[in-house]
Amino acid sequence: MTFLSLKKTSLIIGLTGLLLLLSALGFEYSNPELFLSSSLILIAAGSLFYFASLYGNQLSGIKNNQVWFHALSSRGDWGWLLGLVLTGFYVAIYWFPEVLGYSQEGSSGLVQLFDPLSYLLNGKPATQWFLYGSLYTFAILLFGVKFIWKYRHNRYQIIRTLSVMFFQFGFAFMIPELLSKLNPELDYFAKDLKNMWPLNYYFLDEWHLTNLLNGGNLGMFFLIFGLALIFVISPILTYFYGKRWYCSWVCGCGALAETAGDPFRQLSSKKISVWKFERWMIHAVLVFVFITTIATVWSFLSAHPNQSFMTKEQFIIGVVVFLILIMATLFYWKRNGFDKDARYGLLSIGIIIIAILSVHLFSGKDHILFFPSYKFQQWYGFGIGAAFSGVLGVGFYPILGSRVWCRFGCPMAALLGMQQRLLSRFRITTTNGGQCISCGNCSTYCEMGIDVRAYAQRGENIVRSSCVGCGVCSAVCPRGVLKLENDTMENRITDVPYPLGNKL
Amino acid sequence: MSKTTPPQSVVIIGNGISGITLARHLRKKSAIPIRIISEETPYFFSRTALMYVFMGHMRFEDTQPYENDFWKKNNIQLIHKRITRVDTQKKLLLTQDATEISYDTLVIACGSKPNRFGWPGQDLKAVQGLYHKQDLEQLEKWSSSIKEATIVGGGLIGVELAEMLHSRGKKVHFLVREKSFWDHILPKEESEMINQHILAHGIDLQLNTELHSIEGDERDRAKTIVTKKGDRIPSQWVGLTVGVSPNIDFIKNSGLELGRGVKVNCYLETNLKDIYAIGDCAEQTQPLPQRRSIEAVWYTGRMMGETLAQTLLGNKTPYTPGHWFNSAKFFDIEYQTYGMVSAHPDAEEEAQFFWKPKKANVSLRFSYHPVSEKLLGVLALGTRIRHHVFDRWLEEERTLNYVLTHFSEAAFDPEFYPNFKPKLNAI
Repeated sequence: MTFLSLKKTSLIIGLTGLLLLLSALGFEYSNPELFLSSSLILIAAGSLFYFASLYGNQLSGIKNNQVWFHALSSRGDWGWLLGLVLTGFYVAIYWFPEVLGYSQEGSSGLVQLFDPLSYLLNGKPATQWFLYGSLYTFAILLFGVKFIWKYRHNRYQIIRTLSVMFFQFGFAFMIPELLSKLNPELDYFAKDLKNMWPLNYYFLDEWHLTNLLNGGNLGMFFLIFGLALIFVISPILTYFYGKRWYCSWVCGCGALAETAGDPFRQLSSKKISVWKFERWMIHAVLVFVFITTIATVWSFLSAHPNQSFMTKEQFIIGVVVFLILIMATLFYWKRNGFDKDARYGLLSIGIIIIAILSVHLFSGKDHILFFPSYKFQQWYGFGIGAAFSGVLGVGFYPILGSRVWCRFGCPMAALLGMQQRLLSRFRITTTNGGQCISCGNCSTYCEMGIDVRAYAQRGENIVRSSCVGCGVCSAVCPRGVLKLENDTMENRITDVPYPLGNKL
Repeated sequence: MSKTTPPQSVVIIGNGISGITLARHLRKKSAIPIRIISEETPYFFSRTALMYVFMGHMRFEDTQPYENDFWKKNNIQLIHKRITRVDTQKKLLLTQDATEISYDTLVIACGSKPNRFGWPGQDLKAVQGLYHKQDLEQLEKWSSSIKEATIVGGGLIGVELAEMLHSRGKKVHFLVREKSFWDHILPKEESEMINQHILAHGIDLQLNTELHSIEGDERDRAKTIVTKKGDRIPSQWVGLTVGVSPNIDFIKNSGLELGRGVKVNCYLETNLKDIYAIGDCAEQTQPLPQRRSIEAVWYTGRMMGETLAQTLLGNKTPYTPGHWFNSAKFFDIEYQTYGMVSAHPDAEEEAQFFWKPKKANVSLRFSYHPVSEKLLGVLALGTRIRHHVFDRWLEEERTLNYVLTHFSEAAFDPEFYPNFKPKLNAI
């Protein structure tokens, strides 16, 4: 009974903090430092006590008891309510920031509550984005503690979670804010080193490139590092470790999904039909972001012919040649390793992009597909950047699972996934497939909706482009069948007639 | 392997792992009509996962490894009916609703049923085993009115039931006849580690304790159990998990030779032509060396299905499983074993090396021949080891010393886990 009351007490403390925070929507506080810090402290304390009530008195081990009985984690009424609240919050952030108190002439309400913290870190008044970034980081740190507590028997999970907490707090939050404070004269550009193109879709936009180029040494560093990340660092890391180095160790979207989103990971659909939809959807987004980016670079080159070392025509031709070379190499080198649909998919992606670029080049118009490039940017920013990644991606955690965005919408995941499937040493080994009892824990707790069991029960390794390497399938397996491994490329994709055990 | 003629069609009684594996492997290589009959569920599910449904880790549909349209797509006909009689002369099956199903080739893969040993009160309400989906539904029905429950029998299903009920906050009494948990399979140290782990979870583990009788209330529901020591324990639910036996009542007097199960030779053939038996219900007339005549294990069921598919496809193949292996999980402690590790080894035949780090619930035991020092088997608790590596070492008859010096090749724990290096102390 003591733990029941600990649970209730913790909920009361946490909710008090939350109410205090939300009350800023209606009241003007003369002392925002006090109210902000006390509400955050109350929320943190309540949460920590709550986690203690969940895991504090239990032996270490898998903690999925009653996941499908709780309304919050099984699409019950509490799940839908939370989904509504989160969705509402995202809609407000993106399109109605004034609801949160944001105003260019000086904010009030919730945004103003964060002014003291904002002045401390970046020397400017808070915006709705600062409010969002702070709460986002706060959530990852808090629920990171919960996840580590829950998986305290599993070192892979502990280290991986510490990593996402570190990258969110340091790289996504503290460093950019402090750099802004130290360089107040510079126009805005993204200072989150790990937030690379194409996840950061505006990296090569005209205004962003201009700000980077006008940003002195700092801007030049971020431009060069960003390009190195795309073309050098990421391919090397993905080759050695799979896309997990980014998606479940570094990425901010992944960080929220792995921590705050963990209670909802089992809600991802494992249906074959959804998998088919996923493959079309995510690659369509990749094509979209690719064309958008090329269009924006085009318009940058048109507007600033003096600031670059090539003409816009050279650029387009270069991109087409680059794509054709990559595809030709892939098809020659992997000619026996492709499934039919992968071949079709890859070919159609390449042909669509090249066709659009060629039409553009030969038509001699300034617009790609007859629209000015800023239109593409607007659509992408609205449709993918805001509606998909924010509203749907996080708002629908309690309905569709924690990785909706990563699975269906993230162009970065699509790009890394292609490499993971074709050129990486990473796989989930099913060396103990003979002992699979087809229970389904692995599939159920796969946040990416991979039907892990379908491979495991046949003794086949799991080499899927969508796998983010969270390691939970291996953790929840009650028979020790699965392991995440980096090994040589040979025999990575297995097709065994029988799982181990039979002398056939 | 000799060539045989493939059958015209196959009827399989039972949609568990044995029958389903057979059907899948038949379909991979042939287009013969396949019908699968089950009274239990319309679709194949993982029996071993029922515990996770009760604990809320999964929904029942998550235990079904194939989507429902898989069977139609693969032209495998599913019949959700109970067979009451088998007429082996006319090659007919009689169902509960008195329809007849004719067969050309029949495969009996009907599994097991829980044992009951004639205890007074064993037929009271809220006294049951856990095997079928219906057992789980029964348990679910009683669950809300259970405060205390007693489980009788210290095997794998017993410890699973203890974990299940514990997850719903029930007080669990766990009666184990032996002096230590599962001690005819687990050596002393391992068995003791599991005893302590069960106790640490707050289960009332009572070793050396047998059930005497179950007493009911005025509505014939279990109320109290009485042990042979004379202790009385309040229990609104009693789980009888004292093993399983083949579920073959419906084929008695059909002309099939029966022992405890359906008697089969090494080709899984019964005494009657065109009738085979696989899985839990098959009893080998000549079991392989060191193996039991009935092996009611998921894996052996799967392997029998794979083997019989070969025979029915025209390659007559004997059932020859590789080195023994098994795995389980006792609350939070995983168990894996490859080869043979005896609980009570014969000193002339088998020597053992036991290794345990100081703190963790981890142990490794290697059994080897005392003279040649060739590896005979390994038993791991709390740490994962690679099946195929140990299978190879057993096949290559590696010595204990070789196995220990190469042990890191077999380690299978997730990344960043401690590298265990079991070492023989200086001799």
